[in-house]
Amino acid sequence: MYMIKYILKRLGLMIMTFLIIFVVCFVLIKMLPIVIDVSIGKDADIAYATIKARGYYDPIPVQLVNYIKRIFQGDFGVSVNHPEYRNSPVWDVFVEKLPPTVLINVYSTIFSVPLGIALGIFAALKKNKWQDHVISTGVMIFISVPGLVTAFLVQYVFCFLLGLFPLYMKAGFDYFTWPMFKSMMPAVIAMSFGSIAGYARFTRAELTEVLTSDFMLLARTKGLTRRQATVHHALRNAMVPIFPSIVGEFVSVLSGSLIIEKIFSIPGVGGLYLDSITYQDYDFFMLLSSFYILIGLFAAIFIDLSYGIIDPRIRMGVK
Amino acid sequence: MKPNEIQVPREKLVLANTEGRLHDKELVTKPISYFRDAWNRFKKNKASIAGAIVILILILYAIFAPIISPYSVSYSDKYYTYTAPKIFNNGKRTKDLNETSFSYYYGIGVETGANVVVDNEFERRITTNPYGKKIWMYKFKLDTYQQVGVVFLDATPKMYADIQAYQDEHDVQIIYPITDPSKRPSAIANDAEDANFWYETTTLDGKTITAGTSNSEGVREYNNIYLPYSPDRDDPYTSKMRIEGDTPLYAYGQKQQGGYKIRVNYYEYYKYYHSEVLKDGIREPFFIFGTTNSGQDIFTCLASGARFSFILAITVASVNLIVGAIYGAIEGYYGGKIDILMERFVEILSAVPFMIVVTLLKYHMKSSPQVLILFISFFLTGWIGMAGRTRMQFYRFKNQEYVLAARTLGARDRRIMFKHIFPNSLGTLITSSVLVIPGMIFSETSLSYLGIINLNTGDMTSVGTLLANAQPYLVTYPHYILFPSIFICLLMLSFNLFGNGLRDAFNPSLRGAED
Repeated sequence: MYMIKYILKRLGLMIMTFLIIFVVCFVLIKMLPIVIDVSIGKDADIAYATIKARGYYDPIPVQLVNYIKRIFQGDFGVSVNHPEYRNSPVWDVFVEKLPPTVLINVYSTIFSVPLGIALGIFAALKKNKWQDHVISTGVMIFISVPGLVTAFLVQYVFCFLLGLFPLYMKAGFDYFTWPMFKSMMPAVIAMSFGSIAGYARFTRAELTEVLTSDFMLLARTKGLTRRQATVHHALRNAMVPIFPSIVGEFVSVLSGSLIIEKIFSIPGVGGLYLDSITYQDYDFFMLLSSFYILIGLFAAIFIDLSYGIIDPRIRMGVK
Repeated sequence: MKPNEIQVPREKLVLANTEGRLHDKELVTKPISYFRDAWNRFKKNKASIAGAIVILILILYAIFAPIISPYSVSYSDKYYTYTAPKIFNNGKRTKDLNETSFSYYYGIGVETGANVVVDNEFERRITTNPYGKKIWMYKFKLDTYQQVGVVFLDATPKMYADIQAYQDEHDVQIIYPITDPSKRPSAIANDAEDANFWYETTTLDGKTITAGTSNSEGVREYNNIYLPYSPDRDDPYTSKMRIEGDTPLYAYGQKQQGGYKIRVNYYEYYKYYHSEVLKDGIREPFFIFGTTNSGQDIFTCLASGARFSFILAITVASVNLIVGAIYGAIEGYYGGKIDILMERFVEILSAVPFMIVVTLLKYHMKSSPQVLILFISFFLTGWIGMAGRTRMQFYRFKNQEYVLAARTLGARDRRIMFKHIFPNSLGTLITSSVLVIPGMIFSETSLSYLGIINLNTGDMTSVGTLLANAQPYLVTYPHYILFPSIFICLLMLSFNLFGNGLRDAFNPSLRGAED
């Protein structure tokens, strides 16, 4: 019961936080003069007419009410300046751009979680031996090297020198074909390096702490082998903080990486966000920033709650 | 008399010490202060020391490189673009080209005597091109400082005379004979403007190639197309310096509106132009890290970008430290309702993604300098972490006895906060300030890489802008992207190592753990 109450309370707070940020963003955006790029073609007239018809020159509170009403009808506004998506509904464009971003992040998670945890476990079991030193040094390097540079390196080595993959992602919507998968790989690899290092470091730290705790000694004393004790007792307990971080990361992967998308020219949400800044398409900006804020808030709640679910000793919200 | 009692005769009883009273021994060892102790532990961490040294080197580089280097960020040269770095192979680049391109570079060397194809050494082999045709390929080392060769230049009579004087004084040849316009390649637009075609050419497969045949070693024959000297045209011909065997044979310039069109050896002309005309301290083209696509010196640009990053990060970190500390101190010290209210505000603010803060600011502050936008957005989201940490520290210390003692003695709140509690948490706070610096530099790099913040104005650039400009040349000119990448990697790595060491050093619970 306390759990449900706690979840409801957290959700309520989250919605409140979201609404406050949303309204502030909305007001800040609506305070700006509307920019329409007239030079591109005569359809600027259509854009002006649309914007007028949608009441974008009304007082801001009226606009806010209208905007929220429209959201419930699934209407998030139209693009006015984006050369490629002029006069098309932003929600449709957003949905179109979502798959590449999500896919790349999901692949990278699938790739990096097992590898990272395995490396971490291995390092923890071989603590202070050469295997541990090698892994720890590698982890330190890959955590420090910015994703930007890793991506350049992947692009140079895997795509250019070895010629394993194309330099950029293939265009088109056939997301589940082999050539498309292959063209996504460089981005996935570039994203994985940092994640693997992060998981490995985290797992190693947790596991070494658990391995030295008293209950491990007890497990050994009552006759379990080192292997049994590690698998049944240590690993499970070490997973308590690791699992929530995976869940959190899995949620936040949706927001994607602006940099990786730019380097490998992935037609994803990140690119759309950058375009919305360049072309001053405010409806895009509102939709995407709401999306990013929501993702961030959800990830935080997920991390928080999964502690309680995975480890019954942790009772969230109880004094 | 009890059996265990020991009988000591009175005369045998001697007092151990008869002079004065006995005291505890005074402590001989010196007390170790908090910071001294932290330093002692920091010293033991070799990786952190290495990190600190690398940071120091990078900071020195950022400060002094723009001062030492004769180049500036605004310097650019349209001929010295993509020039290879001097620190690798002394600016030479290994090339594997077909005969047309090879003879082009070889021809420069034949005319000017410059070491373009290094030591005129090359390896030749036959390969099949993608169209199934057998072609010769030449593998050789190309000096990227000499590959410019000869360029056309519009000179006023004064300039012409000055160059002549310089030639005679320094015994170098800058001006080369002008070529006959009627014999110059014209089929290919680029080649029509290229002064390096001083020999007879024909057009083959859309390329300008030498008309001469190649000898057994694969070197083509070059027959010059210099314009013959004619006194009627009043061709400029005054210098003692001229090519070998040239008794008034060739014209060293072509008369045109306002002066002459001349052909100059750009390497020598560059030296002359910078040392005699501009007098800007540049003696010869010497690019330690090579040049960019627009001919800027990477060594200087990178240092300038690094300097900007450091200044920004350190300024923001210290402002965040101050504001965050004050906010967190108030939260932590007073607690209760004030704390809850202030904490709610922080929670809402921290839920706004950094990228959105930057974008909104960028929309609203269009006319302000980009640096200001960057600074404000770092500040708006940056102080929160510091406030949280200070708050925790205050919760930890505020109920301790020494604070109670201070309060009993009548100290005011402000005094207790900043005289009694704050110094105790200073170590932790400084450490976290240092730990946010690499993150901030990385954010700044990312923003300028993505083009959201444009720092590339006039005499300023940033590491991110360099990376963004370099990315298209990743495959063709890897040196361009290499140095900014190395810089940012070294910076992040050393800051992480340094920060970890600092954190361990300031953590009193680890005291003596390593011994």
